[in-house]
Amino acid sequence: MTAATLKPRRFALAADDKPIVIASAFIVVLLMIGTGYTLATQGTMTLLSPNYLLQQLQIGAFLGVVAAGMMLVILIGHIDLSVAWTLAAAAMMATTVGGAWAIPTGLAVGLTVGVINGLGVAYLRVPSMIFTLGVNAVMRGLMVAHTGGFAPQTAATDLMRFLAAERIAGIPMAIFVWLGVSVVIAIVLKRTVFGRTIYAIGNREAAAYLAGMHTRGVIITAFAACGMLAGLAGVLLAGYSTKAYQGMGDAYVLPAIAAVVIGGTNILGGRGKYLGTVVGVILIVLLNSVLSIMQMPEAGRQIIYGVVIISMLLVYGRNQRVTS
Amino acid sequence: MTGSTPDWLIRLRQNAGLASAIALFAAFYLVYNMAHPKGFSPQVFVQNADEAFALVMVAMAQTLPVLLGGLDLSVGAVMTMVNCLASHLVVGSPLQIFFGMTACIAAGAAFGFMNGCIVVYGRIQPIITTLATGAIAIGIALFLRPKPGGKVDEDLSWALTNGLGDFAETYHLFDDGKAAWFQPIAGIPVAFVLLILVVLIIWVPFRRTVIGRTVYAVGSAEGAAFMSGLPVNQAKLAAFTLAGVFAAIGGLFLAIQTSSGNADIPQANSYTLNSIAAVVLGGTSLLGGSGSAIGSLFGALILRVISFNFRIFDIPPLMQSLVEGLILLAAVSLGGLRVLRIKNRLELFR
Repeated sequence: MTAATLKPRRFALAADDKPIVIASAFIVVLLMIGTGYTLATQGTMTLLSPNYLLQQLQIGAFLGVVAAGMMLVILIGHIDLSVAWTLAAAAMMATTVGGAWAIPTGLAVGLTVGVINGLGVAYLRVPSMIFTLGVNAVMRGLMVAHTGGFAPQTAATDLMRFLAAERIAGIPMAIFVWLGVSVVIAIVLKRTVFGRTIYAIGNREAAAYLAGMHTRGVIITAFAACGMLAGLAGVLLAGYSTKAYQGMGDAYVLPAIAAVVIGGTNILGGRGKYLGTVVGVILIVLLNSVLSIMQMPEAGRQIIYGVVIISMLLVYGRNQRVTS
Repeated sequence: MTGSTPDWLIRLRQNAGLASAIALFAAFYLVYNMAHPKGFSPQVFVQNADEAFALVMVAMAQTLPVLLGGLDLSVGAVMTMVNCLASHLVVGSPLQIFFGMTACIAAGAAFGFMNGCIVVYGRIQPIITTLATGAIAIGIALFLRPKPGGKVDEDLSWALTNGLGDFAETYHLFDDGKAAWFQPIAGIPVAFVLLILVVLIIWVPFRRTVIGRTVYAVGSAEGAAFMSGLPVNQAKLAAFTLAGVFAAIGGLFLAIQTSSGNADIPQANSYTLNSIAAVVLGGTSLLGGSGSAIGSLFGALILRVISFNFRIFDIPPLMQSLVEGLILLAAVSLGGLRVLRIKNRLELFR
């Protein structure tokens, strides 16, 4: 290999990388707009201070963990609408059990829900959209019955608080957790048979099955991982706010899907890089934060949020026309 | 068996989803009315029809994108947007009220048309498109009504949410609704009549047009529909626009029913999710290409009648979500049992 043959390669943008580059560029633009605003109104550059950025990443960690699991499910061509109450259920059960078993309980709740989702989708072949919707309603019913519809009185354990809210060397622990999850998911997707099977199923399930892949097992595992990560997010979120509360997961489902898609993952499955999901999460968190710094009313925020998603996808998320 | 299968049996088999939805609804509703102290009375019908109307409309709205093989996550948000718009516009002189209601429906249609344009010309998946435009619709709703409030013409509100007799009395029709021939139908809820009208005037004619048939064809096999020269793009635009219209009718009625506008985000989300559940309970396939808005109508009624039963049997409302979820899971899992009959496993993948 000579330098000459490598050169064009270095500058050509692979189709999978284009969303990541554009989304990253948009993040920089967002930071510039926000900084311009604070410079003009307060004469400070709050947005570029390390403390602000770390805080955003800490908030982003919860969405990031949910989005990581959501991405696995979207990559196989499915979707998980049950994460809202899986997250809340994991948080509530973790705080109820308390003590050393709090975190394992939360993860186990998530895992169980994920396995049920996976069984329904892989064996009964029920569309994931409706099956997870039903499971979500059941989890909500169970949790409302468990708590009586009130905010649970139980508190998060010290370890949960440490993982979600404490800092080590100035860096929030939640970022380390997100980083750990990210490294594992990235390696699994890129380097393991399981990861490659996920992409294969997302592209054409029948072909993956005929090629002798264990499609059912992989689907169940992907849903189980998604459920468990939602459980982890619930445990972290309960630690961050020191307790679990009703509807704590509702604000995470659609943003998680949006983050995955903005990161360039095809909503029909089979294509997308994990790095894109991380970029998508940061973009969404930063967009919210910049808009709230600019004191944009909720109405404007919602509209801008929708317009941004549509415009980003119009740039790089368009499908082929179906003509044959 | 050849040649001897009666015609009605074939039709029943083709509409098994719809038939079981109707049966389930009828069973629940019968139980409800028998347990209700005032069961089978016009007052109960009026109350039930009013409570079910908005969800039925939103479920019918959801049906069209689902028939295309997509999903519309913005129906609840569009309903909420029109609800807030109506709380500004549906007041004043009869002419103003008329134009206000027209503007509300037009706003829903325009929003649906925008969804359709993004899906057709932007070539973005419907579920993602509507996830984003749903946020836009909620934004507009919050802009119109930062706080719940507003006002809707009281006569209209009274007339549309009661029986036909009250409607006639309010607008001085048929001797204030006292005409002898009018009495047998005076107890029929206006909401119920509106529902029939929407089905007969909008849905049935639409389904019989080329565009309507194309919606089904696109859901079954988009490539084949395109190769057959069917108007694929127009069908998609029409489906999303019509979804906007149905959602708008739901929002308008909600405003008339509650006499106010409320940009309630959890309510919008729950209407969207319930609409998906209603569509599936009504026998429409989420893969697209089969089902009907009439099925979704009964799907929505099933969801509503479950909550009626909760009230009448004094079951704690806390259990409602659990039971709704279990019924939904049971219904789709029963449908999923067909996989046991499939001999060639390749037929599972679609």
